[in-house]
Amino acid sequence: MSDFETVAASENQAARRGPSGEPGTPNQVGQQKVRSLAGDAWRDLRRNPIFWLSLLLVTIISLMAIVPGLFTPNDPQDCLLSRQNAGPSGSAIFGYDFQGCDTFSRAVYGSRASLLVGALSALLTGVIALVIGLLSGYFGRWVDAVLSRLIDIVLGIPLLLAAIVLLKRVGSDNSNARIFAVVFVLAILGWTTAARVVRSSVITAKEQDYVAAARMLGAGHGRIMLRHILPNSLAPAIVVLTIALGSFIAAEATLSFLGIGLKAPTISWGQDIDTGRIHMRESATPLLVPSTFLALTVLAFIMLGDAIRDAFDPKLR
Amino acid sequence: MFRYILRRLLQMVLAFLGTTLIVYALMFAGQGDPIQALAGERPVTEAQRAYLTEKYHLDATGIGGFFYRYFDYVRSLLQGDLGQSLTGRQIGDILQQAWPVTVKLALIALAVAVIFGVTAGVIAGIRRAGIFDNSTLVLTLLVLGIPTIVLAPLAQYFLGVKWQLFPPTAGAEPNFYALLLPGIVLGSLSLATALRLTRTSVAENLRADYVRTARSKGLVKRRIVSVHVLRNSLIPVVTFLGVELGNLMSGAIITEGVFNIPGVGFNLFRGIRTEDGPLVVGIVSVLVVVYLVSNLLVDVLYAVLDPRIRYE
Amino acid sequence: MTDAVIQPTPASATPEGGHLLEVRDLHVEFRTHEGVAKVINGVSYHLDAGETLAVLGESGSGKSVTAQAIMGILDSPPAHIRSGQILYQGRDLLTQSEEQRRQVRGKEIAMIFQDALSALNPVFPVGWQIGETLRTREGMSRADARRRAIELMDLVKIPAAERRIGDYPHQFSGGMRQRVMIAMALALNPKVLIADEPTTALDVTVQAQIMDLLADLRQELGMAMILITHDLGVVAGVADRIAVMYAGRIVEHADVRSLYRAPAHPYTKGLLESIPRLDVKGQELATIKGLPPNLMRIPSGCPFHPRCPYVQQVCVDVVPHSLVLGDGRTSECHFAQEVLDDSAR
Repeated sequence: MSDFETVAASENQAARRGPSGEPGTPNQVGQQKVRSLAGDAWRDLRRNPIFWLSLLLVTIISLMAIVPGLFTPNDPQDCLLSRQNAGPSGSAIFGYDFQGCDTFSRAVYGSRASLLVGALSALLTGVIALVIGLLSGYFGRWVDAVLSRLIDIVLGIPLLLAAIVLLKRVGSDNSNARIFAVVFVLAILGWTTAARVVRSSVITAKEQDYVAAARMLGAGHGRIMLRHILPNSLAPAIVVLTIALGSFIAAEATLSFLGIGLKAPTISWGQDIDTGRIHMRESATPLLVPSTFLALTVLAFIMLGDAIRDAFDPKLR
Repeated sequence: MFRYILRRLLQMVLAFLGTTLIVYALMFAGQGDPIQALAGERPVTEAQRAYLTEKYHLDATGIGGFFYRYFDYVRSLLQGDLGQSLTGRQIGDILQQAWPVTVKLALIALAVAVIFGVTAGVIAGIRRAGIFDNSTLVLTLLVLGIPTIVLAPLAQYFLGVKWQLFPPTAGAEPNFYALLLPGIVLGSLSLATALRLTRTSVAENLRADYVRTARSKGLVKRRIVSVHVLRNSLIPVVTFLGVELGNLMSGAIITEGVFNIPGVGFNLFRGIRTEDGPLVVGIVSVLVVVYLVSNLLVDVLYAVLDPRIRYE
Repeated sequence: MTDAVIQPTPASATPEGGHLLEVRDLHVEFRTHEGVAKVINGVSYHLDAGETLAVLGESGSGKSVTAQAIMGILDSPPAHIRSGQILYQGRDLLTQSEEQRRQVRGKEIAMIFQDALSALNPVFPVGWQIGETLRTREGMSRADARRRAIELMDLVKIPAAERRIGDYPHQFSGGMRQRVMIAMALALNPKVLIADEPTTALDVTVQAQIMDLLADLRQELGMAMILITHDLGVVAGVADRIAVMYAGRIVEHADVRSLYRAPAHPYTKGLLESIPRLDVKGQELATIKGLPPNLMRIPSGCPFHPRCPYVQQVCVDVVPHSLVLGDGRTSECHFAQEVLDDSAR
């Protein structure tokens, strides 16, 4: 019985090995692959208007968080009840809110807490996801079984309910303490998706020839994981975390809106939206301005992450 | 099929014990006065203190005491005894009044997601990369990117207060019309996800080998799409919608809070606002159970829809 | 370009309109982002009532695409039929409306596919799938369709057909699934059955059973059959004639016995030599060197020339025409006679 498709296939492999028949040093092969993938992705991204739009938005918002003074001269905490719900004027372009604070200035300064919580949560999530994903994917067997079960359980917990329960435990009203509490809660509940992505990329990387080669050369587990496998898992993890950053900002605003996230004197969009909502019949701008800021920020990060992911994985589109 | 359900049931029991243990431990364990933790910053009267001590067996101490109290809590939870809120009302009674409203709202939201999301998803999947497909992609991205705490108040302001197309708040005994706007707001997120899921699923199934077989059998195109492709494409969509119904029932906190709908989420919203610890613990425990049971039902539904799972 | 030695192609050598199915000078290309792939470059073959034609070739040689063009189930885009005719009972299918073509599918010409697991719909019982065309196209009642489905399953020798009619495709073994597929194709009594690699996904012993079944059914029902395969061993016992395809062309066409005795094209010769032989011990298996051509850049002249041991300058420059060698044999090779003489030795 002849099967010349297999003959052709083995010929094919021979051809792929290149003219000299030298497979090249293991590390080079891996890096070349990553580089060309990133190159393709970059070519895709450069032509994607959504990518540029979201990048522009992210830049503006980050700038706002770092140097809010560039965008508004007014102090957001300078509130006078005599200016309650006053309309727009030369000094306050969106007028004043129910407390008599500058609406625009509060929205600008509100970016600080939002971005800080979003970035720190994404960072902490990344660390947890990398550690768990690496261990789970690299060691397999019972380690993987236990950690995968853990991921399933955490995924099964309704996020908002769990956050409510966890945050009710935090009695302190200290600004920094609350920020870290929110970061901690979001990270503890939000690491699962990223961990799954890392795990599957680790499993793929583990099967690569250069990892087998490193192992044969006597490299230890730690060295293999850090030098050879970790770099492969970083790109997909970063993409997931960019999208997650947007969701974390939304989640923080939701918790602050409910009154269990950030509290005054920290300025947060979630709280301001809640106050604006209650007084919307008197004046709508104090609701509309922080709402617009929050929606644009969340959208910007989600669109940015979406665009990068599509570029790296065109199949998904 | 039976073994499959049994396995899922066991998993659910484990998840139930795990989650309630976490909820319970977080609310009661640790340092400090557990009663004050329940009541937040409100002053606690002697009568309340005595009631809470007895209700949660706070006089038992140590790890043993903790588990004793935990199992007691689980037992009363299973018996439907949720205790009293700090305002003195039975939490069971509060929930009994709230459920019908929440279920009605969730069903409206689900209907919105099914009618618009699935239909548009099927069209987008068939006409992939067309104008319709691309515009739904952008629109769903917008919906997915706008948090409920923005969407709900804005809908309330523009459609309810400014243009007065809908009643801005629902009130004590909401009718269908009063629940329509909140239902649409609540359902918009599910709509966007359902649309994207349906689109991907339909597009993928249209390329499946069995479609080629159906064509070679000489079936008309409409039948190939509406019977062969749709039946396969809707498996993940129906599964998603099942999970989503559980989410909608337990996750309508913001929407019910904003529109003043006296459902479960609204009571939780109020419980958080008024620092009513027992009310929050009671409602959260019940919602966790609802969430877990709906997940189980979805797994069973999945097995019914997909014969490959059924005979695993 | 023309060569005095070249004789007319077999299409014009055989009488007009006499065949049940005839493909004439078919050209198909795939238009993709990367470029245009010329998948079928002038394929002609014919099929008479009751006979079996084997179409042999590597993956990418265009054998399945030709079959899908006959069925009218090519995906376009990317596929585009540039020119040619597909005559069924004298009528050109390519000029017919989609509705007319749909009537032909399943009822006149039916097709079975390689991987029955993915080719059958996973969420419907097999009986439902077999009876579907009976219900929708013949207007049979549910009960009648079910009865007929059981008969068909008996016909393809699925044991305990009545009991298994409600089972789903994934509950059957690979061989049984392929039988379900055959039963489904036979439902409307087609005059032509196209079997696209029907045994490739199966174990060797099961392969033989399915081939035997197909041969029996063809005789019993008097169908004509096009058997598409890449496996020379499968062909021997079943086919009457063989068409060998390479790079979208029929490079050799002969009756089975003559072809096995002495191939007239270097490609066919290579294929035959790469079959392990029981009678010659310890001999190294010959392979065809090189790779199948990239269909976006098909080599000049004879497309096989980069891999051919007989290659001369003329092969690089001139596309060989079909050379008639007697007994209805043809070969698209400049040195067909030499190859034939070599093989016969």
